[in-house]
Order: sequence, then structure tokens, then C-alpha cells
Amino acid sequence: MPKPAKKPVGALPENPERVIIDRAIADNTWNLLPLGGEEEITAETLAPGKVILPLSVWLELRDQLQSRKEEIGVWLDSDETADLIGDAAEELPLIAAHFPAFTDGRAFTAGRLLRQRYGFTGELRAVGNFMRDQLTYLNRCGFNAFAFQGDQPLEGLLESLQDFSDSYQAAADQPLPIFRRRALL
Amino acid sequence: MYRYDEQDHKLIRERVAQFRGQTERYLAGELSEEEFLPLRLQNGLYVQRLAPMLRIAVPYGLMNSTQVRRLAEITRKYDKGYAHFTTRQNVQLNWPNLEDVPDILAELAEVEMHAVQTSGNCIRNTTTDQFAGVAGDELVDPRPYCELIRQWSTFHPEFAFLPRKFKIAVCGTETDRAAIRAHDIGVQIVKNDQGEVGFQIFVGGGLGRTPIIGVAIRDFLPETHLLSYLEAIVRVYNQLGRRDNKFKARIKILVKALGAEEFARRVEAEWEQIKDGADQLTSEAITWAKRFFPEPEYKTFNASHTEAVLRDHAGAEKAFARWLERNTFPHRVAGYQAVTLSTKPTGIPPGDVTDRQLEAIADLADKYSFGEVRVTHEQNVVLADVEQEKLFDLWQEARKSGFATPNIGTLTDMICCPGGDYCSLANAKSIPVAEAIQRKFDDLDYLYDLGDLDLNISGCMNACGHHHIGHIGILGVDKKGEEFYQVQLGGSSNQNASLGKVLGPSFSREEMPATIGKILDVFVENRQPDELFIDTYNRIGLVPFKERVYAKAS
Repeated sequence: MPKPAKKPVGALPENPERVIIDRAIADNTWNLLPLGGEEEITAETLAPGKVILPLSVWLELRDQLQSRKEEIGVWLDSDETADLIGDAAEELPLIAAHFPAFTDGRAFTAGRLLRQRYGFTGELRAVGNFMRDQLTYLNRCGFNAFAFQGDQPLEGLLESLQDFSDSYQAAADQPLPIFRRRALL
Repeated sequence: MYRYDEQDHKLIRERVAQFRGQTERYLAGELSEEEFLPLRLQNGLYVQRLAPMLRIAVPYGLMNSTQVRRLAEITRKYDKGYAHFTTRQNVQLNWPNLEDVPDILAELAEVEMHAVQTSGNCIRNTTTDQFAGVAGDELVDPRPYCELIRQWSTFHPEFAFLPRKFKIAVCGTETDRAAIRAHDIGVQIVKNDQGEVGFQIFVGGGLGRTPIIGVAIRDFLPETHLLSYLEAIVRVYNQLGRRDNKFKARIKILVKALGAEEFARRVEAEWEQIKDGADQLTSEAITWAKRFFPEPEYKTFNASHTEAVLRDHAGAEKAFARWLERNTFPHRVAGYQAVTLSTKPTGIPPGDVTDRQLEAIADLADKYSFGEVRVTHEQNVVLADVEQEKLFDLWQEARKSGFATPNIGTLTDMICCPGGDYCSLANAKSIPVAEAIQRKFDDLDYLYDLGDLDLNISGCMNACGHHHIGHIGILGVDKKGEEFYQVQLGGSSNQNASLGKVLGPSFSREEMPATIGKILDVFVENRQPDELFIDTYNRIGLVPFKERVYAKAS
């Protein structure tokens, strides 16, 4: 499996002021730290408050940050797989998955695995260059929060979460594929 | 065949509404070209050289007559009155207006059709044997599995943005008529020693610029685990497939890079985690899927009477005898035969049919074959359940509609992509080459004497015309702005799949018919009685062909 990223796959994710969480618009209370800033991040220098750390930084500091674990989240770049967090996901309040480009679909797999394999129940946030037309699929893969970049009015994007009212497959939102539901009829 | 229930109807309607919104946003300038691209592709819409092109899904090639009639109407109302059958058993319209596409999709949805995932970097339409359910050598009917795969892959939330396109084919017979080893995943239905149904799984096949024959990564997958295993393969690919280079993004490159063994190990490790989950095909689910493909109400015939009728007709009409020999296929039920309607008379682009012909196909299907129609990957049309005693009547009607060219399986039944006449990717035209070859070899006795011979033409290395797996393959290439054609020999798409070898330097379009003529001469001179081209080639190799074709005039 891939190792934690040393350098970002694409442009770094932004951290907009407002986000969609659980189908409603909310203030973004988290601070996403990009990868590879000027200064090295240490447990001592890390600013107070809720922060989303790059995976490599989190892996290094997680033990030292135990006392702050309610305010420490992690973000995965698109070449970092969910197993790199693994069962530790159960304890995390927030995981973000980065879309360097909306055509890079690796985060869809990361989302499902975090939810369905690693027992993650916190906020699963899409960050980066995903688009509104992917909201239904993101939601089905377990994402409940969306940090849209740019100046799109979030109010107008919410409706894309309703594009489909049913689905063929089992996924994070639906335990049974349609053929099993139909066979039971 | 599979029929939609209220949930299918709702999902497809919601998809049409979604795409209508996306098209409106694009036309209003709210969605950029780049953003609209994957959305329109996943709804079948390409923007081509002369106009948009819409690829309509025909799940595993199966349609009913109502759907075929609707296609005819749509070609009249929104296009130029004709349609094109593709090598992946789909249908293409070459001239729709972009603004009309949502309306076209809405009309298709009314008859349980769509264009979902016929393009784009997602799981495409699953294909299979055009004789599924009627072939005598069939182990198990592949169609229920194809339908389960269709439902699993349709709007799959995890796999809509894969590194590259992804094609699955299923085969239920020993003779592979679905070219499964030229697909990203090939599913071969098998039975184990206990007589239990399962699947042999091939991965990493594909044509295009890096043609590779798929390798088996599992010899027996129990029936119940089909979907979880597919999910494991696509999941490994989605995570690890290359995304930095479009030409190295197909699963075949990943399988090569990791090695088939290591790739298989990763798939098995992933599959271990999900195999007992919700995707298991319970016996209720399999029974449910099989319910859609019941045996038609076959009649019982008196064999000697049927034989006598056929013999009389064949004796009286040599043209009918020829057609019977080439364009029909044995049926597992006595008294029935499957018929291939040829879309390849000389001078018509292979796979093209007019609106009237579509309606004629629908009428023939209703009259002779339980209202069902199948598209073949050779771009022809099959009526699978025709009473033998009615073959003569069917032949006469098919002849009037231009479908009775008795050339199935012969040199002139070629697979051909739309090429430079339509496609913006093409390096060269392919249709005029096909036509020139058909014109040169129009002597039926000669064609029959040559026997089964696959000639496949692609207008560029993307290989939509499957040139790598034609016994004779022709590839259009661009040399300093001029169109040339490279010839390959020895490809094969069946269970002994192989890739053709390049004969040598390429030829101009004018030289092509004569070049094919020389190749056929070498075959005829070297062939043992009744030997097929591919077998002669495998016996004598490339050299004798090369020497003749490139011999200096003395």
C-alpha cells in the first residue's frame, strides 16, 4: 500500500469559512493545515483549537496529542489510502479526504472504507476540487460534510444531494443492494 | 429479458433530470467545458468531428422490438434517420444536437433505455455472447449475471471516477464469442468437479495502444461471490491505477506493473474483507435474476418434416442455401435456428442501419423471434429464436430490407470503427477501406471458399475496430499528414486469444485491396484442405505473407 505523502498530489485544499454539514450550511470551525509549510509542526507549536492535520504529521504527533484528541482531525491526500489511518479512525472526530481534481476518484474508496471497514463515525469531509454533481455519490460513500472551494453560493448546491432517491448498490448509506431487497419481496 | 420495475424507472428518470440540469448549466455558462466533460460522457455524449455523438446503452446487446422502434423514431426526430451498431453491442447516433440530448434520454427512458456510463472513466456496458441462452455449447446462460453486473455497476458511487474506462464481458460457452480476454475483466462461467457453477476471472485485457490479452487471476470463483470479487478488483484498481498519464491508466498497465500474481494477491486480500458482506448473491437473488430470462414458449416440431422443408427450399434457391449456411446458427432446441441479419452489404458503413431498417428489424423480431433483438460485437443483429420452417419466409423478408447479405463470418463481414469520417480521434478513414475491400471481394463462391475470416479495421490506435484481434487487422496511421494503413496478421478473439503481428511498412488506401488480395493468395496456395486462415497463418507464420506482399516487381 502507498506510504503517507511527502508532497501533495495537486494544489493544496483550501479551508473555506462556510461548509455544508449534514445537509445544512454551517460555519467551518476547523482549521485545515496544508502540507509542507515553512515551519515544522510540533505538538508544542500547534495552535490551539480544532485542527485538521496532514496524515504524515498526524501519524508523527498522534501520541503526543492524546489530550487534545477531540480537536485533532486528519486529512488524506488522494494517494493516501484509508488503511493508513485504519482502526484509529474510530477515535477521530473528523477526517477530510482531498480531491486534487474532481476526476480523481480515489477519495470515494477512502470514504467507504473509513465508514464501512474502520468504524469511523465522526465527520467525513470532502475538501479540494470536487463538484456539486458528485454530491450524491460522495454522500453514498459516507461523506457528510463538504468544503466547497471558490465562491459558489452553498444554498444552491444543497439540492444536488437529492439527485437520486434510491440506489442499486450497497454502500455507506444503504446496507443492502437492490437485488437483495427485491429478492425479499 | 429484464424489465424495469418502479425503482429502475425512478432512478433513470432522476438521472435524466440530473443531466437536463447539467446541460442547462453548461449552456448558461455555469459549468465549464472541463467540468461538463465527464458528466456528458457518463451520459453517452461525445463531441465529435462534425457533431455530437450519442452512445445509447444496449445492456449485453439485448433489446425488444418496442425499444428498436423507439430508436427508429428518435433517429428520425433528432438525427439524420440512421443509427450505428458498435463493437460493444451499443447503438450510436451521429448527428444529435447537444440541446436535444436530455429530451432524447427522456424518450429512451420511457422504453427502459438509457445512455448511462456508455463513455467516461467508469464501468461501461457489460457485454456477452449474442447467442446467450440458445447456443448448444452453453454451460449456463450468462444473461442473469450480466443483469446483476449491470445493476451493480450502474451509478456505482465509488467507481464513477476511475483512472480510465472499464469494460467487463461475460461468456457462458467454451467458444468465446464475447472476446472476454480483450476486456478489463473477463468472466468465464465454469463448473467445478462437483458440478457447481462458478467463474474463471481474467483481468487486464484490452486493445488500444497497448494491446494485452487478459490473464486469469482466479480459476474458480463460487457463484455467490461474483459481485464482491468484481468490487475488490475495481477497488484495487481505483486506489492504485495510474492517474498521471492517460495512456498508462488502464488496469492492464497496473496488472503488468505489479505482476499478475501480486495483483491477484491484493485483490484476494481485499475480497477476503468483503466476500461475506451484502454483495453476496444469495440463492434468492440468483433465482430473482434468472426469472427475467425464462425459456420462450418453444413449439415441438417433427424433425423429419422440418428437414424436408428446409431441404426443399435450399434445393430450389441457391441464394437461400448460401444464406442458410453462413447467416444462421444452430439452436439448442430442435426445430429452431438463430439468424444473423447482416448490416454489411457492400457500400454501407458496417453497423449502419436506417430508421426504416430498424423498424424492419422490429417487425421481423415480432413475427419470427418472440419480439427480441440482439446486437453483436461484430455489429450485426441476431434474431435468436426462429422456427426453422419459417427461415425461408424470413430470408425473403430480410432480403427486401437489405439484411440478407450472406457474408457472416467471412472476409466482408468486417468490424470497422466510424473512423476519420466521423471520429475526432481517428488518424485515417476506415469506412472507405472497408468498402474498397468489399468491392474487390464480392464473389461469394470465393468468400465461402476462404471460410471464416475476421478482418477488423480501426482508424487509429485506440482500436475501436479491434484490429489487434482480427485474423487480418488494419490500422489507420498518420504519416506527415497523410493517411496510411498498417496490416497485422494472426490476431484472434476466441478462447485462444492472440494479438496480430505487424506485417511491415504501411500502405496507401489505394494499395489496400491489392495487398489483402496478395495475403489471401498466400493463404490459398498454402492452405491444407478446409484449413482456416488463422490456422494456416499459425502453421506457416508471417514470413511467406511478408515476402509476397513486399516482393519487388520483377
